[in-house]
Amino acid sequence: MSLGNVFNLTLLHQTIVQATPLLLTALGGVFSERSGTANIALEGIIMMGAFFGYAGTYYTGNPWFGIICAMAAGVVVSLIHAVVTATYKVDHIVSGIALNILCQGLTGYLLVVLFQSQGSAREFVAQLPTISIPFLKAIPVVGPVLDAVFSQGPLVYLAFILVIVSRFILDKTVFGLRFTSVGEAPQVADSLGVQVAPIQYAGVLISGLLAGAAGAQLTIGTMPRFVYLMSGGRGYIALAAVILGKWQPTGVMWSSLLFGFFFSLADNLQGTGFAIPNEIFLMLPFILTIIVVSGVIGHSEGPAHAGKPYVKEL
Amino acid sequence: MKNSKQTPYAVEMLQVVKRFSQVLAVDHADLQVKQGEVHAVIGENGAGKSTLMRLLYGFYTADSGTIRINGETVKMTDPGVAIAHGIGMVHQEFMLVPRLNALDNIILGQEPRKGLRVDRQKAREEITRLAGELGFQVDLQAEVRDLPVGVQQKIELLKVLYRGASILILDEPTAVLTPQEVDELFQMLRNLQKQGKTIILITHKLDEVMAIADRVTVMRRGKTVKTVPKDSTTSGELASLMVGRNVILDIKPPPVKPGERVLTVRNLSLQEPGSARVLVDGVSFEVREGEILGIAGVSGNGQSELAELLTGLTRPTSGEILIRGQEVTFGSVRRKRESGIAHIPEDRRNTGLVMALSVEDNLTIGHQDKPELSGKVLLKREAIGERSDRLIKMFDIRPPRRDVAAWHLSGGNQQKVIVARELDHDPQVLVANQPTRGLDVAAMEYVYHHLLEARNQGKAIVLISMELDEILTLSDRILVMYNGRIVGEFARKNADIEQIGLLMLQGREAG
Repeated sequence: MSLGNVFNLTLLHQTIVQATPLLLTALGGVFSERSGTANIALEGIIMMGAFFGYAGTYYTGNPWFGIICAMAAGVVVSLIHAVVTATYKVDHIVSGIALNILCQGLTGYLLVVLFQSQGSAREFVAQLPTISIPFLKAIPVVGPVLDAVFSQGPLVYLAFILVIVSRFILDKTVFGLRFTSVGEAPQVADSLGVQVAPIQYAGVLISGLLAGAAGAQLTIGTMPRFVYLMSGGRGYIALAAVILGKWQPTGVMWSSLLFGFFFSLADNLQGTGFAIPNEIFLMLPFILTIIVVSGVIGHSEGPAHAGKPYVKEL
Repeated sequence: MKNSKQTPYAVEMLQVVKRFSQVLAVDHADLQVKQGEVHAVIGENGAGKSTLMRLLYGFYTADSGTIRINGETVKMTDPGVAIAHGIGMVHQEFMLVPRLNALDNIILGQEPRKGLRVDRQKAREEITRLAGELGFQVDLQAEVRDLPVGVQQKIELLKVLYRGASILILDEPTAVLTPQEVDELFQMLRNLQKQGKTIILITHKLDEVMAIADRVTVMRRGKTVKTVPKDSTTSGELASLMVGRNVILDIKPPPVKPGERVLTVRNLSLQEPGSARVLVDGVSFEVREGEILGIAGVSGNGQSELAELLTGLTRPTSGEILIRGQEVTFGSVRRKRESGIAHIPEDRRNTGLVMALSVEDNLTIGHQDKPELSGKVLLKREAIGERSDRLIKMFDIRPPRRDVAAWHLSGGNQQKVIVARELDHDPQVLVANQPTRGLDVAAMEYVYHHLLEARNQGKAIVLISMELDEILTLSDRILVMYNGRIVGEFARKNADIEQIGLLMLQGREAG
């Protein structure tokens, strides 16, 4: 077979589709980590977002309402994480693992109770609309091509717009400066009258909101039903994207796209008999992450105080 | 109180109390600072100076007492309140975000805004003007972690001034500076005083007090002992007030004729890795059988590092350590233990004990390789138990049970566990670093008793303590450490508290 069958417009389109939930979650991860809280509960929050995005749409028939349900579910779970880590100073990883198990159990249970199903909800629900950019089609030659690539759902556009918004917030605003200072040195922020806990809450809640939206993208944005454990590790992958993207919104966009590209490539190569097994492509981004974390190339250093509870010293 | 009718005090703290769990850190302290003066607050480490200032800055809230700023009673609940009342603090450990640049560090918490944005341009102009008034320039774009400490301190000062502070608290500002930088700092402080600022300077260096202060308040054990104008006092008086003399225990060690030389230290030095600071500077001494050598000094003058060098926790940059003529300078902790050095570390909870382990296990750590306690693979639990019971009885550890975790014990009994474990090594040399810190009188007496008994049995003991009383009570000879160097030596009978105090506080005897 020729590689031309694989490297085509569909691959590009799929890359963006695959990258979107990662990007939304990773942007959330940037806010959480930059303000000092490690949030591995993102995995569970995606599950919740996916489930409540589906359920909200199922009961109202309105996928827009589904998005709101998904985000609300994400905020609720992340609120627990914030209370436990910022107020009660519990180890961030312990809280994250507990919440992931909770979300896994809860979505499985609700699936049985509400939809009488073990593995996946049988009924399809309404999908979010596809938005085409009107003038693209009119461009000669490349127009139809671009149109095919960029006809995407609203959450996809949201994710990429949020990259610019996040960058502005973190680099230019007062909120962003305080955010960064809390993640780097909370005792300093505290000594200057910056309230540490509210900033940490804000970071974690933003991550919950965005990871919830990422979950909605999986159900009502990509495929119209809920499958148990459908988050498939995207929460963790997003955290790898945060590291690879050096805790910067733009960096996170590129790393999410890179992950999305390799995943789509692996998908497309499946069953084609291509010489390199597709699992290699699934593996590549993680190997790259490890190399970056280990400082061999492009050293990446996270917020100094991320993942440590801030307890005022005596 | 006539003064408060006309011009109120800039700062007035009355009968202020702060307690941390069991420790009374500030004990009904009074502090009155006049507007526009440089007011030094002095005292030994742990005297409560920093805590008192942190109460004034709202970092802690006082349990009781009154704080008035320019005559107005203020409830200091958090630093924001203090800042709003014109108080600024330069902390001993700089409060800077290492990965932000100087500009962002200065404006953090008080950012000028333009719409949603931080108006960095306006901030830059303002800060450049402030720095100009003080006579220096700072690269505002540089990340703070790349700047030398002297510059970091300037950034701290700018931070405080940027907030419009009229009352400046500086917590041991010279501790990290070179002598030139100290001169520069003092020049800046004088400029600030001319601008009408009130400055509170925390220090334990008498030289600095004499150089710059108008009035001095002395603290000891959480209490404010006395406030005097600088011009009507002397270094000697201040030194006596600071170190004081509280005879708690009337112990008179029986005379023992020191025997052979056991521990010899020659020219021992330690340089801080990656910096020019010398922490231990050419220290030489020897200790004989049946002798307690006391090392006096204000904390942070190299004593802890010396203890670490002697016990193998740190390796020296240069110099020699010998046990009965055998060189052990670079030996590991284990090698040093085998050659007969035992250690009562200053930090009981982190270095001395594994708090979660039982008394028995804590008594066994370090002895676990002895053939009577351990086979090739398995510990001989029965023998360990018998040994533990014996030590618990001998050292009167309470409760007399080997299975309770160390954290259930009182501080005194925890210390007994350590003393029992270390003396059971039958060491040649015992390095006891702050062996009675935080203990009550009964437990203190108990530790003293064991140290003296070990001495009478002919062991060589190095006693490091910040409590001069303790040193004077127990030592046969006394060395004074200042800035990493030995600056004085006294035989027991010649020990003079004022002389030792001056050496501890300024490194030389003459006022």
